[in-house]
Amino acid sequence: MSPDESSLPAAPLDGNAVAGLLREVFIFDATSATLTCGGCGAIAQVGSARLYGGAMGAVLRCAHCDTAVLRIARTPMGLWLDMQGARSLMIAPNGAV
Amino acid sequence: MSETNTLAGPQRLLWRTAEVREVIDETPRVRSLFLSVTGWSCHRPGQHVDVRLTAEDGYQAQRSYSIASAPEAPQLAITVERIDDGEVSPYLTTEVRVGDRFEVRGPIGGYFVWTAALGGPLFLIAGGSGIAPLMAMLRYRAAVGSDVPALLLYSSRTFADIIYREELNQLAAASDGPSVVHTLTRQQPAGWTGPARRIDRDMLTEIGIAASAQPRVFVCGPTSLVEQTTQSLLALGHEANLIKTERFGPTGAPR
Repeated sequence: MSPDESSLPAAPLDGNAVAGLLREVFIFDATSATLTCGGCGAIAQVGSARLYGGAMGAVLRCAHCDTAVLRIARTPMGLWLDMQGARSLMIAPNGAV
Repeated sequence: MSETNTLAGPQRLLWRTAEVREVIDETPRVRSLFLSVTGWSCHRPGQHVDVRLTAEDGYQAQRSYSIASAPEAPQLAITVERIDDGEVSPYLTTEVRVGDRFEVRGPIGGYFVWTAALGGPLFLIAGGSGIAPLMAMLRYRAAVGSDVPALLLYSSRTFADIIYREELNQLAAASDGPSVVHTLTRQQPAGWTGPARRIDRDMLTEIGIAASAQPRVFVCGPTSLVEQTTQSLLALGHEANLIKTERFGPTGAPR
């Protein structure tokens, strides 16, 4: 993968492209975890969500209903994580990297 | 406690220094870098690394690159296509020299991953430099002596744009080697008998592994290729949870 050379691609990537940024928050690989969308209830691996953004910040949207299930951004204040669009995150025992 | 330990097992993701040990030009626009990384932990085929370059004034640029080497290989390989107005790839494809150092962190990602334990058949579909993580899977498959049936369908613009061409020939020629089918979308050499168009539903039907065999499908390439191929695969009856994709954005051009 050599995804975005621009910071905000017009076309979405897959959630797995933001795995490195998520690993600054989670000790496990969040892209392998199973997320239940708070909008439509769809259950899918985080890596299959639609990703908008890049290394400095990103929005993951449900592939079924487009709800923003996870927002992550690096700011001068710190690293922000907003998961109000997600109902749950399930990490399998072998979900470690 | 054991579950807690399993989750807590990995360390924090640290930036590490990578030293360039070898550089191979794969095509006029694509170069492979072989890296030595102190303290590197073993990756799984399909994972990627983040690369961070720091300028003298402190400005930093960061990109992700798929790991192209098998876990069994002595050095970590990434394969980079030059994006002319990019911040990172021009350095990695034209300026970088053996002995140069930059920062990497990883391995990263567990979603777009295949190991022999997952079984097969293995159906790999690549466009342009999207071959890189799929090459890691094929190199790994050969290194561990897996006989899981494997098929690579690889779309390139021209014959000269085919990355890893010789090595793919060698892999395919080995006993239990994968089947490799190239399609050339823009220009074909004289006497070319293979497909000569973008990957479409008819091609997947004629060449691909049937949905009834329940192959594990990995698709990597430009967004347009990934979108169209995924829709075709679903229409042909492949289960969504057996199809893993990795898109390159933001343009539709193969990188």
